[in-house]
Amino acid sequence: MHEEFVMGNEAIALGALAAGVSLVCGYPGTPSTEVLETVAKRRGESVYVEWSVNEKTAMELAGGAAYAGARALVTMKQMGLNVASDPLMCLEYIGVKGGLVVLVADDPGPISSQTEQDTRSFAAFSKVPLLDPSSAAEAYEMVQEAFELSEKYQTPVFLRPTTRVSHGYASIRVKDPEEYTVHTPEGFVKDSGRWVIFPRLSFANHRKIEVRNDQLKDIFSAHPLNRIEPEEGTCSGCRKGVAAGGFSYTYVMEAREQLGRLRTLKISTPFPFPEKKAVEFLAGLDEVLCVEELDPYIERELIFVCGKYGLKTRILGKMTGHMPRSGENSRDLVLQAMASFLQISLPAVPEETPPPLPVRPPVLCAGCPHRASFYAVKQAMKGRKTAFCGDIGCYTLGNAMPLDMVDTCLCMGAGLGIAQSLNRLEKDRCCFAFVGDSTFFASALPGVVNAVYNQAEFTLIVLDNSTTAMTGHQPHPGTGKTMMGQVVEKVSIENVLRGIGVTAVETVDPLNHPLAVETVRRVADLPGVKAIVFRSPCVALFRASSRVTVDPAVCVGCKKCIREIGCPALSISEGKAVVDPGQCNGCTLCAQLCPVGAIGGGAHA
Amino acid sequence: MRKNMILCGVGGQGTVLASRLISSAAMARRIPVLSAETIGMAQRGGSVFSHLRMGENLYSPMIARGEADLILGFEPGEAVRLLPFLKPDGQMVVSSRPVMPVTAALSDTGYRAEDMLDYLASRVPRLLVVDAEKALREVGSPKVLNLILLGAALRSGALGLEAEDLKDAVRRLIPEKFHELNFRALDYA
Repeated sequence: MHEEFVMGNEAIALGALAAGVSLVCGYPGTPSTEVLETVAKRRGESVYVEWSVNEKTAMELAGGAAYAGARALVTMKQMGLNVASDPLMCLEYIGVKGGLVVLVADDPGPISSQTEQDTRSFAAFSKVPLLDPSSAAEAYEMVQEAFELSEKYQTPVFLRPTTRVSHGYASIRVKDPEEYTVHTPEGFVKDSGRWVIFPRLSFANHRKIEVRNDQLKDIFSAHPLNRIEPEEGTCSGCRKGVAAGGFSYTYVMEAREQLGRLRTLKISTPFPFPEKKAVEFLAGLDEVLCVEELDPYIERELIFVCGKYGLKTRILGKMTGHMPRSGENSRDLVLQAMASFLQISLPAVPEETPPPLPVRPPVLCAGCPHRASFYAVKQAMKGRKTAFCGDIGCYTLGNAMPLDMVDTCLCMGAGLGIAQSLNRLEKDRCCFAFVGDSTFFASALPGVVNAVYNQAEFTLIVLDNSTTAMTGHQPHPGTGKTMMGQVVEKVSIENVLRGIGVTAVETVDPLNHPLAVETVRRVADLPGVKAIVFRSPCVALFRASSRVTVDPAVCVGCKKCIREIGCPALSISEGKAVVDPGQCNGCTLCAQLCPVGAIGGGAHA
Repeated sequence: MRKNMILCGVGGQGTVLASRLISSAAMARRIPVLSAETIGMAQRGGSVFSHLRMGENLYSPMIARGEADLILGFEPGEAVRLLPFLKPDGQMVVSSRPVMPVTAALSDTGYRAEDMLDYLASRVPRLLVVDAEKALREVGSPKVLNLILLGAALRSGALGLEAEDLKDAVRRLIPEKFHELNFRALDYA
């Protein structure tokens, strides 16, 4: 054992390696991404790791490995679980042989997600047991335990950190590589009665699953991580208690230091719910406050337990208005809620009125090629009736003023279907679907096939920056690199499109502004589904060595550069445009649109 | 010893590395550390923070209002935003140089760093303003604001660490060719 200062996600990766995992796969998504990246960095030679094309593929890959008796870990964010839910729902019915841990990171807030869905509720729906860590140290232990549980009960097991657990750092004790469990897979054993899902098998297995989950309720009731604090008898006067799970447990424990003695229940295995532990906790309590994020999951379970066991305890939380229904908890929010629950008054915090603070919405980086792509389409479509259907990735930031080039954004790959429909209903609306290169492979292909076959009419814009930029630059089939370090043949976006039957497929450098505008004008008016691939590498990966500069003697201070493209490197000083050399990447988009030619230099000059 | 610190600024300013250096230095002294920081979309020019806590028996890496012993403000507006977290007698070290959001360039709604610094001066007894323009010019690199602020925090005594602790952390975490520059920034007074 040795001590390391690790992020929660790194702890999970190290725990999986310590458990002898053989195969790790997933699709990037904040806040889950660093788990797989750490495995790739720290793995031994026998561990296979890949960024799969999407979460569904990854889940199937991990399932296959578990069929063969290997320990497998599949990683994703909560949105990715929606994509992977088809194989997972079925895997639960089929079961596994090797341990299969499904790492799903939830995102209260949400900080970088479309929804505040709760994987604990998904666990109850899918019947898959779930472990809910509150810290990096717990996550390290839990992932190892999850493999054991998975093998023992032949079921996938969820490990569900939330953003603050995944991205929090702590110094924890971890195993040395020599101490890692060696787990040698037996290999696939043919048994069609076990591995082929049919209604009759599902019926039989459903019954077994329900029996097993009832057993797990009792087993989890005795689990040391489902704790009542203080122990029985030491809080005899306590009539009120707090139940918490996940990261919120740390807020409760901090508040308890300030507020004094109180019974707490920590729930580390929300599904199957440790009913008997809950009964033990509720005994003698008049009121319980549930402190959790996302769904009122523990709250509902405790209400259920009260009903089932005829207990009179009042259960308070999100559903009674004692805790907020949405958003992230915080130290202060939990302290306030617990103080008012315990009728303790906290010292008043004086209200301050600071000067108005700057609003800082995230923006596309200076020199980002997406800015040039959006601007080219905007210029080409000036005065036309349009719809710009966006997608998930850095390029969602194309919605910001002054670009204002994202009219819709739903989920990965949805822009194609939406563009198809908007044009179907209004034939005079010129529709565009924007999709990034990673998203193209992950989620857009069925949409392209559907559109071509069903005679749709819109322009597909593929924003190809040769990486998965938003989540920190992961490889994908268009990059020609794998997580095992191989250099492989790229999958060509243009060839894929032509193979599907898109006849007009053009590739253009978005930083060549006049050519980009001309291409959009020409291609957008062709019939059917047509595609433009805007290809230019992500500036965060390939920084240009050149910068543009403004000649103040020529600049007339018209601010067109600032009004049109919203580049963070551009500002106005003493009536003239100025370029921040620390941010400029020399893309020259501003120079190309300057009406008086005041901006010079840069990579494309 | 228990210490709570917040580092705040704008995505891309180097708060994460500074936080990592402090953690590494504390760990080398066998002080337990918990930290949390902004990762993801906000890194693209948004407001970012790191919470960092040192000491025994801590549960949460997050800091509550009025609990920070030290705030390292990489940007005056961001320092004002997180001021409610500072203890009444806490130390604030703040860079004088504003980073204007893109929206300010668009709509002429920029703010004045002086207003932010005046506000801080009226409320923070232990305030140390670092003239970032001058410091970066004299150290000779626009990239070392984080080490300059760390140096100022060291000398204020609020960090609870010695210069040598941080220099060792620099040696562990930063490529050797940048050591000399980083030491110069750390020692800049």
